[in-house]
Amino acid sequence: MSWLDTIIQGILLGGLYALFAAGLSLVFGIMRLVNLAHGDLIVLAAFLVLLLVSALGLNPFAAAAVALPVMFALGWALQFLVLNRTLGNDILPPLLVTFGLSVVIQNGLLEGFSADSRRISVGALETASLKIGPVSIGAMPLLTFLSAVGVIVALNLVFYRTPLGRAFRATSDDSATAGLMGIRAERIFATATGLAMMVVTIAALYLGTRANFDPTMGPARLIYAFEAVIIGGLGSFWGTLAGGIIIGVAQTVGAAINPEWQILAGHIAFLLVLVVRPRGLFPRAVD
Amino acid sequence: MSDHLSPSWTISTRTGRSSASMLVILILVVLAIAAPLFVSRSVVQDLFFIMTMLVLTQCWNLLAGYAGLVSVGQQAFVGFGAYAMFAGVSLLGMDPMAAIMLGGLAALALSVPTAFFVFRLQGAYFAIGTWVIAEIVRLSLAQWKALGGGTGTSLPSGATRDMLGVRFVADLLGVRGPQATDIICYWLALLLAVVTIGSIYKLLRSKQGLGLAAVRDNREAARSVGVDPLLTKSFVYLVAALATGLTGALIYVQKARISPDAAFSVPDWTAYVIFIVVIGGIGTIEGPIIGVIVFYILRSLLADYGSWYLLILGLIGILIMLFAPRGLWGLFTDRTGFQLFPVRRILAGQPKTKDIRGSD
Repeated sequence: MSWLDTIIQGILLGGLYALFAAGLSLVFGIMRLVNLAHGDLIVLAAFLVLLLVSALGLNPFAAAAVALPVMFALGWALQFLVLNRTLGNDILPPLLVTFGLSVVIQNGLLEGFSADSRRISVGALETASLKIGPVSIGAMPLLTFLSAVGVIVALNLVFYRTPLGRAFRATSDDSATAGLMGIRAERIFATATGLAMMVVTIAALYLGTRANFDPTMGPARLIYAFEAVIIGGLGSFWGTLAGGIIIGVAQTVGAAINPEWQILAGHIAFLLVLVVRPRGLFPRAVD
Repeated sequence: MSDHLSPSWTISTRTGRSSASMLVILILVVLAIAAPLFVSRSVVQDLFFIMTMLVLTQCWNLLAGYAGLVSVGQQAFVGFGAYAMFAGVSLLGMDPMAAIMLGGLAALALSVPTAFFVFRLQGAYFAIGTWVIAEIVRLSLAQWKALGGGTGTSLPSGATRDMLGVRFVADLLGVRGPQATDIICYWLALLLAVVTIGSIYKLLRSKQGLGLAAVRDNREAARSVGVDPLLTKSFVYLVAALATGLTGALIYVQKARISPDAAFSVPDWTAYVIFIVVIGGIGTIEGPIIGVIVFYILRSLLADYGSWYLLILGLIGILIMLFAPRGLWGLFTDRTGFQLFPVRRILAGQPKTKDIRGSD
């Protein structure tokens, strides 16, 4: 059953795309900010993990745990010092500033790490697999998918079950009124971006361990992530997971037909969803 | 109430100083036409680069600065125009000059279905939507084996040497064939730049241009007085695609070699363009002109530093967007009030006191 195998691989790949997208979905849902540097921040985090692994000899998972607070601080500072200044009714400043940031990160990484392809080794886990009936599932893809589900569950818990999440939702709905209740929007936004960068770090761990990466691959990850967010519908984390899975399955099915069609098939699936449901499959927020 | 606007009032966009500077611009254009007579081949090539970037930046500025359409996918039209030109020359045996027109028309044709998709999207969605379309076009053309697939191809040898007018220019100026090709490409780029800037200026001073600015500043208010944003935006989008496609085709006649990665390059055709407009001043005709000059100087200074160049350009872009969002030209006009291409409507004239008394 090669088709069953193709679809399962696609679903697992979708987990990786959902991880790329979850941070974007969080930031976009709260402050309507599209961070065009999101993909490059994933690659930046992957280089940070790589650096920790090679310099300190850490296990990749431990290195990612060390990178988590670093990336949180980076995201917090980025939002508080730079991106908050761009928020407003005009869409130009956030788009152009984050586009500039994307180019700066990409070329900074090119200077620092050269254009060579890198990979973070996880030893025996790379080749380990589970055999379930006729299908064999790689350990890393499965771990990626489970992490994606874990991240989505965690984000939903934070968003709907904690005071922080209440502040997120309040600021998203009406930041002026939230301000009257003592919520400081600029700090809430900074915390949201910090959280998004923690998700980015988890995504970077799997980006770096599953395949080769290099400084220029950020924009393509941004596009996959954004497609997943739009397919899923604004403000729905589970929708984002569904969107990632749709892109993932479309890519593996496309690749099964002709290896050159892999990425094209994902983009075309996105366009088809857009034509049928312009607001995505599970829209929650209105915008 | 309308009686207060007695016939002696006139609405004008012209200012005294701008009329004087029009004369200066005219002289500059004449000098630019004559430039190949005085300067070396490499300078002509540099001028060609400046003119093509000027067209691309004016088009992007028209979209983002006036129509509120922030596209990150204009490379779709550069690449598609270039590929259509290559198809015309290599597969149909057309003259490169005719194939450039074909490239422009092909980009225009591509912009119709593209507009159908991306106009369903707003703001940031629109930006990424245009990018996805550009990726789809790039990946699709990489499958076109007759034009070299993913690795690309070159124009047939001699195609640009036999281009319309090359022999004439070569004999007239006493230069060799390849140099004559460069000169013709430069003149075409100059023509394209002048026509583009002239048309954009004319558009912005017209009723449609006023409507465009109104939609950009307040969509609901503009709609309430009967301005149809979709129609005007679609028109602008199609025209920008045509000019961008013509430029793409022209650039690749001069380069004579194409590959999907180069023709659809985000840094070359979108990142540079965005930074030029932002640094010069978004939402003005003068901004991209200043931006291209600054960009050219930076490029000459930093050419040997590879990726540092883009990094510095990105940093300047971010700083300008944060602290001087109207760019260098905005800083300049804030201090001097000078406008080269004034589009703001100014009420001029004297109220006739007699008329006002009569209407009251």
